Amino acid sequence: MLTIADKTFTSRLFTGTGKFSSSKLMRDALLQSGSELVTVALKRVNINSKEDDILHHLDHKQFNLLPNTSGARNAKEAVFAAELAREALETNWLKLEIHPDPKYLMPDAIETLLATEELVKKGFIVLPYIHADPVLCKRLEESGAAAVMPLGSPIGSNKGLKTIDFLQIIIEQSNVPVVIDAGIGAPSDAAKAMEIGADAVLVNTAIAVSENPVAMAKAFKMAVEAGRMAYEAKLAKPVHAEASSPLTAFLTNV
Amino acid sequence: MSFLNVFETYNWDEVKSSIYAKTARDVESALKAKQRTLEDFKALISPAALPYLEQMAQLSHALTQKRFGKTMQMYIPMYLSNECQNVCTYCGFSFTNKIPRRTLTEKEILTEINHIKALGYDNILLVSGEATKTVGTDYFKKAIELIRPYFSHIALEVQPLEKEEYAELASHGLNTVLVYQETYRKGDYKTYHPKGKKSNFDYRLETPDRLGQTDIHKIGLGILIGLEDWRADSFFTALHLDYLEKKYWKTKYSISFPRLRPHAGGQLPKLEMTDAELVQLICAYRLLNEEVELSLSTREPQHLRDNLIKLGITSISAGSKTNPGGYVVAPETLEQFEIDDARTPQQMAEVIKKQGYEPVWKDWDKAFTEMAEPHVN
Repeated sequence: MLTIADKTFTSRLFTGTGKFSSSKLMRDALLQSGSELVTVALKRVNINSKEDDILHHLDHKQFNLLPNTSGARNAKEAVFAAELAREALETNWLKLEIHPDPKYLMPDAIETLLATEELVKKGFIVLPYIHADPVLCKRLEESGAAAVMPLGSPIGSNKGLKTIDFLQIIIEQSNVPVVIDAGIGAPSDAAKAMEIGADAVLVNTAIAVSENPVAMAKAFKMAVEAGRMAYEAKLAKPVHAEASSPLTAFLTNV
Repeated sequence: MSFLNVFETYNWDEVKSSIYAKTARDVESALKAKQRTLEDFKALISPAALPYLEQMAQLSHALTQKRFGKTMQMYIPMYLSNECQNVCTYCGFSFTNKIPRRTLTEKEILTEINHIKALGYDNILLVSGEATKTVGTDYFKKAIELIRPYFSHIALEVQPLEKEEYAELASHGLNTVLVYQETYRKGDYKTYHPKGKKSNFDYRLETPDRLGQTDIHKIGLGILIGLEDWRADSFFTALHLDYLEKKYWKTKYSISFPRLRPHAGGQLPKLEMTDAELVQLICAYRLLNEEVELSLSTREPQHLRDNLIKLGITSISAGSKTNPGGYVVAPETLEQFEIDDARTPQQMAEVIKKQGYEPVWKDWDKAFTEMAEPHVN
C-alpha cells in the first residue's frame, strides 16, 4: 500500500484527464485503470459549475481529485490558482505545475520551490512536478512536499524514462514518495519505473491518445502492478563475466 | 534588435526561388528528419512535396494528437467596429468603401456577448478596424472590462499598438493578440495598403516583438493567402515564429492561414491556393513545429473544414459573424468578408465529436491573470 500524506492508495497508477476524445471515454478508461488519484487542470474546468462536464464524469468513489496548476507561469499565479481550486473542489491536495515555457512545458525549479514553501504553510498537500533533479527533490522534501514528481521525459512526449540515472538517485535518497510523472509512453516504461523503485507513476497522454484508451488503461494497470511486484520480489542481478587475470591472487600465492 | 534585423538579411526572390528549387530528395530527407529545420520546411511547402501529401498528413495527424490530444479548441470572433482609416485593397472595411460604419456601444457589447455566451463559448476574439480616435486603447480597455466576467480567454485582433498599451490591456485581462503581417513582401505591401497607419510595414512587422515584452500570453501570426506567393510568405511566417519562440520563450504562438474571400469592393486573389496546397501548408507547419497552435476560421467551406480537423488544426471557430453587431444588434450590416461555413457552433461541435474529438470550450482560467499589473519586460 502506498501512503501519501493522509491517504492510502491501493493503486500506484495515477492518471491525467486531458486529451481524451470525450469525457465519457475518459471516465471509462480511468475506471478501468484502477487509478484512485486523478489530476485535473484548473484551466480546463469550470470550478463553479456543478454541471462541468469533466468534473461530472469524475464524480465517482474510486477517484480522488488532484487539481493541478497547469497554466501558471510563476509561484504567485500558482498559489492564487491553488487557493481557488482548494475552495471550489474541496480538497487541499495539489499537483503543483509551474511551466513558464509553453513549448516544452519545462517546470521552473525556482518558482516551484518558492510556491511549495508557501503552499505547505497554507496547509496544502503539495505534489510538485519537477525535473529529475535530485538536489531539488531534497529541497522540496525539506520544504514539506508530500511527494515529489520528477519527469521521465518532457510532458506528452511518450519518450519514456530518459532521466533514469537521475530518477534512481532520487529514489535512493528520498524520504517522501517518488511519483514519476510525464513522458511515460508505454506500459513497459511504467513497469520499468516501478521496477527501479518508484512509488507510483502518473500517466495521461499514452492512455488518452491511444486508439483504445480503455484497453490501454488496463494495460498500464497491469504493468504498474507487475513492475511493483518485481521490485518487491527483488530482481535477479545480471551476471558479469570473470576478469581473465585475477587481481587478488597474490594474497594466496605466498 | 528586433525581427526587422533578421528579416532584412533575407531577400524575397532568393527565398522564393530556393523553395521552388527543392527536390523530391529534399522532401524525403525532411520527412525523415527528427528535428526539422527551416530548410526542411521549405522542402515541405515546395511543389516537390505535393506527391508526399498523404505521408505528410499521417505524420501531422499523429504529431498533433500526441501534443494536443483528441481535442479541438472552440473560439468565436466578435466584431466591435467596422470604422477604419486604412485603405486595404482586399478588405470590406477599407476606408474608401462607402458602407455604413458602426462601433458597438457598451450596451450593444453586452447584448452581443450574452448571445455568444449562450452558444457555449468561453474563448472570444475581439476584432475591429483601425480608427484610433473612436476605437483606441481606451475603448478596448472598456470592452475587455465588460467582457471579462463572461469569458475565461480574451483575444484581440486590431491595429498594432504600442508596448505600453498592450501591457495595460494585459493587466485588464487580455490574453492573446493576433496581428497578421498580411504579406512579408515588403515592396508590394504598400500597394495593398496605400493609405493609413497600416501602410507602415516595419511597425507592423515589429509588433510581435512589442507583444513579447509584455504579459500577453499568446501571439497569433499569419499572412493573407492570395496576395503574394503563399510559399515564400509562409516561409517568412515560419522564420518569424522561429525567431519569436527563441526570444520570447514564455509566449505561446498560433498561426492562421486565411485565404482571401469575396467581400464588398472586391479584389480577387492575385494568386490562388488550392485545397491540396492548404493541406500541404497545414501539415508542413505541424512537421516543423509540434507545439504551435493552428487555427481555422469559417472562411473555409464545410467539406474542407470537416476534413481538416484531423490534419493538424487545433482551434476552430463556428457560427461566426464578421460584422459589428452581427449576432443580435445589427445582423444586416456589411460583413468584412463572406463566411463560407455557416453552421451553428452546436452543429460544428457534433461534427467534431463524430470524428472522435472533444470540442474544448474552456482551456484557460482567469485565476492566472487575476492579480496582473501592467508590466513591460
